[in-house]
Amino acid sequence: MSEHGHNEAHAPVVTTKLFLMVWIGLLGLTMIEVLLAYEQTPLTVMLLLLIGLSVIKAAMIIGYFMHMKYERFSLKMTLFPMCVFCILMMFVTMPDAIRSLALRP
Amino acid sequence: MATEAKTGSLAQVWSGGASPYAIGSKKFGMWLFIISDALTFTAMLVTYTYLRMSTATWPTPFHFSPSIIFSTVMTLVLLSSSLTMVMAVHAMSHGNRAGVVKWLLATMAFGAGFVVLHMTEWLHLINDEKVTAFSNPWNEPLFGATFFGITGLHMTHVTIGVIYLGIIAIGVGRGKFTYEDVEVSGLYWHFVDLVWMFVFPLVYLMSVKMH
Repeated sequence: MSEHGHNEAHAPVVTTKLFLMVWIGLLGLTMIEVLLAYEQTPLTVMLLLLIGLSVIKAAMIIGYFMHMKYERFSLKMTLFPMCVFCILMMFVTMPDAIRSLALRP
Repeated sequence: MATEAKTGSLAQVWSGGASPYAIGSKKFGMWLFIISDALTFTAMLVTYTYLRMSTATWPTPFHFSPSIIFSTVMTLVLLSSSLTMVMAVHAMSHGNRAGVVKWLLATMAFGAGFVVLHMTEWLHLINDEKVTAFSNPWNEPLFGATFFGITGLHMTHVTIGVIYLGIIAIGVGRGKFTYEDVEVSGLYWHFVDLVWMFVFPLVYLMSVKMH
C-alpha cells in the first residue's frame, strides 16, 4: 500500500510539449536514416551511421518515454551494463565480418 | 521509506516494505525482463548484421515501393503509438482513467495497424518476390531465416503487447490497476518500439534496392 503511494507521489512531472518534441525528434531522425539509405556510401560507413542514429533514438525513448532520465542513478546503472554489452557485441563482431568479406575470392 | 532502506540494518532492508532503486517491484521486474529480452534481440541482430556484412552477395530486395514506404510508415506508426502510450501514463498520473482508456485504445490501434502493415509486407515478399523462410530467388539460404525470424519475433512481441494493453485498458476502465500497472505496461510497449528502431535500419535500410 505504502509502496503504491510512494510510487504515485514520485510520478515524473513532464509536459505534453516535451513528449511531442521528443516524438518529432524521433520522426526527424527516422527520415534522416531513410534518406541515408539511398546515399552511395560504403557499407561500413552506412552501418556505423545507422547504428549511431539508432542509439540516439534509443536513448531518447529510454530517457524520456521510459522515464529513465528521472530515475535513480542506481537503476540507470542496472541498465548500463546491458547497453555496454550490446555495443561491445557489435564492435567485436563487425570487424571480423569485414575481414571475412575481404577474404572471399 | 527510501531513507530507511539506506540507513537501516541489513535485516530491516530485506524484511520487506523497502523499495530498492526507489521503484516498485513490478516496475523493477519489468526492467529486468526488458534487459533480458533486449539481449535476445541483440543476439539475433548482431548475428544477422554479421551475416549481412560478411556476404558480398547478400540480397537487396527492398524496393522503395512498397517495401521501404511500408516499413517507414510502420516506423512512424510505432513511434506514434509510443506517444499515445506516454500520454496514457501521463493521464494515469493525473488520475484521469477515462483518458487512460482512450489513449490505450489509440496505442492498441496503432499496434494493430503495425501488425497489419507488416503482414502485408510479408505477403508481398512471399507472393511477389518469392522470398520465404526457406528459399529465395538469390539462393542465399540465410536471408529468409534471418528476415522472417527477426521480424516475426518482433511482430509476436507487438501482438502480445496489444493484448496486454487491452487487459490493462479493461482493468483501468473498471477502476482496477494503479499508476504503476499502467507505467509498467508502458515500459513493455516502449521496449517493443525501441527494438524496431534497430530492426528497421539494420534489416530494411541496409538492403534497399538501388536502381
